[in-house]
Amino acid sequence: MDTAKPRRYNWLFFCRLLPLRIESNFMSDNEKVDKTRRQLIVATSVVGGAATVGAAVPFVASMWPSERAKAAGAPVEVDISKLGPGELRTYAWRRQPVWVFRRTPDMLQDIKKDDGVVSDPNSEVPHQPPYAKNEYRSRKPDLAVIIGVCTHLGCTPVEKTASDKAEMGAAWNGGFYCPCHGSMYDFAGRVYKGVPAPTNLWIPRYMYLSDTKLVIGKDEEGEA
Amino acid sequence: MASRMAALRDWIDARMPTLGEEYRKHLTEYYAPKNFNFWYYFGSLALLVLVIQIVSGIFLTMNYKPDAALAFGSVEYIMRDVPGGWIIRYIHSTGASAFFIIVYLHMFRGLIYGSHRQPRELVWLFGMLIYLALMAEAFFGYLLPWGQMSYWGAQVIVNLFNAIPYIGPDLALWIRGDYVVSDATLNRFFAFHVIAIPLVLLALVVVHLLALHDVGSNNPDGVEIKKHKDASGRPLDGIPFHPYYTVKDIVGVVVFLAIFAFVMFFVPNGGGYFLESNNFIPANPLQTPAEIAPVWYFTPYYSILRAVPPMFDSQFPGVLAMGVAVLIFFFLPWLDRSPVKSIRYRGPLFKIALAVFVASFFVLGYLGTVPTNAWGQFGAWLGDAQRATVVARIFSTLYFLFFFLMPWYTAHDRTKPVPDRVTAH
Repeated sequence: MDTAKPRRYNWLFFCRLLPLRIESNFMSDNEKVDKTRRQLIVATSVVGGAATVGAAVPFVASMWPSERAKAAGAPVEVDISKLGPGELRTYAWRRQPVWVFRRTPDMLQDIKKDDGVVSDPNSEVPHQPPYAKNEYRSRKPDLAVIIGVCTHLGCTPVEKTASDKAEMGAAWNGGFYCPCHGSMYDFAGRVYKGVPAPTNLWIPRYMYLSDTKLVIGKDEEGEA
Repeated sequence: MASRMAALRDWIDARMPTLGEEYRKHLTEYYAPKNFNFWYYFGSLALLVLVIQIVSGIFLTMNYKPDAALAFGSVEYIMRDVPGGWIIRYIHSTGASAFFIIVYLHMFRGLIYGSHRQPRELVWLFGMLIYLALMAEAFFGYLLPWGQMSYWGAQVIVNLFNAIPYIGPDLALWIRGDYVVSDATLNRFFAFHVIAIPLVLLALVVVHLLALHDVGSNNPDGVEIKKHKDASGRPLDGIPFHPYYTVKDIVGVVVFLAIFAFVMFFVPNGGGYFLESNNFIPANPLQTPAEIAPVWYFTPYYSILRAVPPMFDSQFPGVLAMGVAVLIFFFLPWLDRSPVKSIRYRGPLFKIALAVFVASFFVLGYLGTVPTNAWGQFGAWLGDAQRATVVARIFSTLYFLFFFLMPWYTAHDRTKPVPDRVTAH
């Protein structure tokens, strides 16, 4: 009688629990076990398991964006003929704010000054299509198309010009400031060093349909 | 009359003896240690709040519309036009915070008396799963009023999944069912909140209690009452749960309901902590509120998330730290190497560690409710580092040290001898 000693449960003990030990319920140990029946259990379990996984497919699929949601996320055409210098307009694409922003030559100069204070001056992190991986992160220098969603936690930064030095500090050359957690970006959407946001703002796919018209969410390669 | 009642009981017993057997097993013949104290109210109170939340939730769904165009209006409709609607809504919103207060106190009880220790590891693990389910339930529920804080809170949390390498963006898209938090997201969160998670929660509560009743309750002395039984096999230091502890718990219920009613009638917003003021503005996907703070019960983890700086151009380390901060509780039964269970017989090392942990939980909890620039910046040699962020980093480190150093300081602590039976028997 070893009633006092507690049983040591090691990993081997749990392994022994794994197979369905049906035979032990019905037969004594010295009876011969028909192992072919165990194969039947394995086979039916595998088939049943596969069927269960298969049945989960439509349920998982139903949680992807619906056709209607995809249609609502279609590319957006924008008329830029009336966009003046220094003017920023916000358009909704996939219900995200997209800034279409005509930068003045002064602002483009300011962007060059920011190379030392931003963490990824050459846009090495692929947060833009290849044609926007340049100094101003745009297809044409003056016109910026930027998704106005902070790369930290998805808030919308606000524009602060170079004249907001009193609020933003003497080194501020104009750009965007996120009110949620204080991340800062320059006028090319490049993130400052030492702020919560890790990366530059996203540049969506876009292309010019004519000199005065562009489409957001679509380029020569297709839709985003 | 009495004989009729007895006849009815016999009639049921002959057909379904399980009812009587389970009643005895879990109530009249479940022997709980007789030295339960104040800390043992919170298990039964958690059960009470679960019932309150389910009942008030059912009545809220009768008037709530899970539709991005109608949700905010339907909540205001409940508050203003539905008879009794305002009180049902405040019961539900106050209940959510009460649930977390109670669960945190319940977990703290486990921590100080070693209720998570052998042989109650499974009780603790199922309890932790309940805690996770509760967090999911609270998160899904907070989107439903479709206010600014609902919307942007959900946006921030779902974007956390974005930070997971490789699968992140697709996973976030799949969770939202749209490119941003939208009607599709609201509708599925409603489904999770009113049926999926509550079912899981109820099942887990049942398993938690079954696991507890198999091994028996721990007690403030951390000794096993089953070691000393009388001739009929009952623990000498145990008393039947019913009527002794049902009566005791009713006292707790009365006091709790008094406090609950006070909050509900006089400070239903909990001073902006239970219901945030920004949530009385309808959700606007194109305008972020100036400051996004989660509800108070998530703020310690939110602080840890913000305290970790981005590494390798990724937000993921912060998300990972937050996840670990929650999940590390699962490992407590194995991290704790002390020969004693209860704080009554532990040495100074554990008491100091616990005090530091509780302090960091509160400090992080507070910091999570304020912006990171709340305390301004350091001057001089510390440069422009934000004071609040530095403090959050220090306390996040202390938070994790409580767990990571536990195997060491619990094993080397100067413990006191544990009595054989509960004190004052």
